[in-house]
Amino acid sequence: MANPEIQIKLFATLNKFAPENGDHYPIPDDATVADVVTALSIPKKEAKLIFINNTRADLDSLLKSGDRLGIFPPVGGG
Amino acid sequence: MPVDNGSEIRSAIEKRAVDAVFQDGTPCRKISVADVTDLAGQYSLPGYRIEIQALEAGIIPWRYVRNFRALSFADQIALLRAKVCVVGLGGLGGSVIENLARAGIGSLILIDGDLFDETNLNRQFLSQEDRLRMPKAQVAAERVNRINRSVAVSAHQHFVRSPGEDRKLMEDADLIVDCLDNLESRFVLERIAKDLQIPLVTAAVAGSCGHLTVICPEDEGLERIYGPPETAPSKGAEKALGCLSPIVAMMGTLEASEAMKILTGRGTVLQNRMLVADLMDNTIEILALG
Repeated sequence: MANPEIQIKLFATLNKFAPENGDHYPIPDDATVADVVTALSIPKKEAKLIFINNTRADLDSLLKSGDRLGIFPPVGGG
Repeated sequence: MPVDNGSEIRSAIEKRAVDAVFQDGTPCRKISVADVTDLAGQYSLPGYRIEIQALEAGIIPWRYVRNFRALSFADQIALLRAKVCVVGLGGLGGSVIENLARAGIGSLILIDGDLFDETNLNRQFLSQEDRLRMPKAQVAAERVNRINRSVAVSAHQHFVRSPGEDRKLMEDADLIVDCLDNLESRFVLERIAKDLQIPLVTAAVAGSCGHLTVICPEDEGLERIYGPPETAPSKGAEKALGCLSPIVAMMGTLEASEAMKILTGRGTVLQNRMLVADLMDNTIEILALG
């Protein structure tokens, strides 16, 4: 079986933490969102709005191969 | 003094109505912008009241003809009867009022304490070189009047800071559109909308990114997006990234669209769901917030 990998989309100021292999980002088995956030050096308080496959999730949510992970920092401009 | 004489007004409208042809070729009757304005003056009524009566008699205020049949007469009447409060008249707000005034929302309450400055010119459609240092609320009201004189506008040069104080301005609104530029005031505005038991359409932008949702009184709301108000920063990523014009105009337009759907009961509204976008890579997705 292929190693698990996910797709990552980081919005706004978090874009600077996006890995080059964001479309095929390898994760260990049983990785959580927090593991990925830490691995990418994203400050945890900046990871405000997290979603996996178009559904809201949080730092403790488990990731599985093929998931699409999106993270928004706080955004308030108008 | 306003004249409370429905049948007299109705027959005055009938007299001004002329035969016309609808865009699909069917015959209809229409009344012009000039005639609506004239009758509004004659009867000391806001123009939208004349337009409602015209539609009830099957006469199309011709300025709205291209709204049909995407909307029904009943939908247009619902928009004309509606009162919408737009808070924040910068980038989002300018785009919102442009759409709502043209659509024929009968009454708009416009609130912003700020003045235009040069840093607004890159994205705020209401800002112009010859309007720098002018109050945003005043410029917004003038813009609405120039687009559609039938809309009853009240403009307030005022920052929303506390629920108690600001509730009065909004208490007879059917919904509130949040076009603010900071997180702190957004939570205040949400409190007001919940107290008044009316929906809040809210959007926020930074850089080329934005998000949009509709919060009904029973929903958890902004806390699901930003966490608890006491831990939320007062400004978000826009402080570092600024805001590009296309995403601001797009999110404002989508806010107006959500408002129109709520008011007419048409379509699907983004309640408990969020539209997120990044125009840099054309990401546009709908998320379940549940």
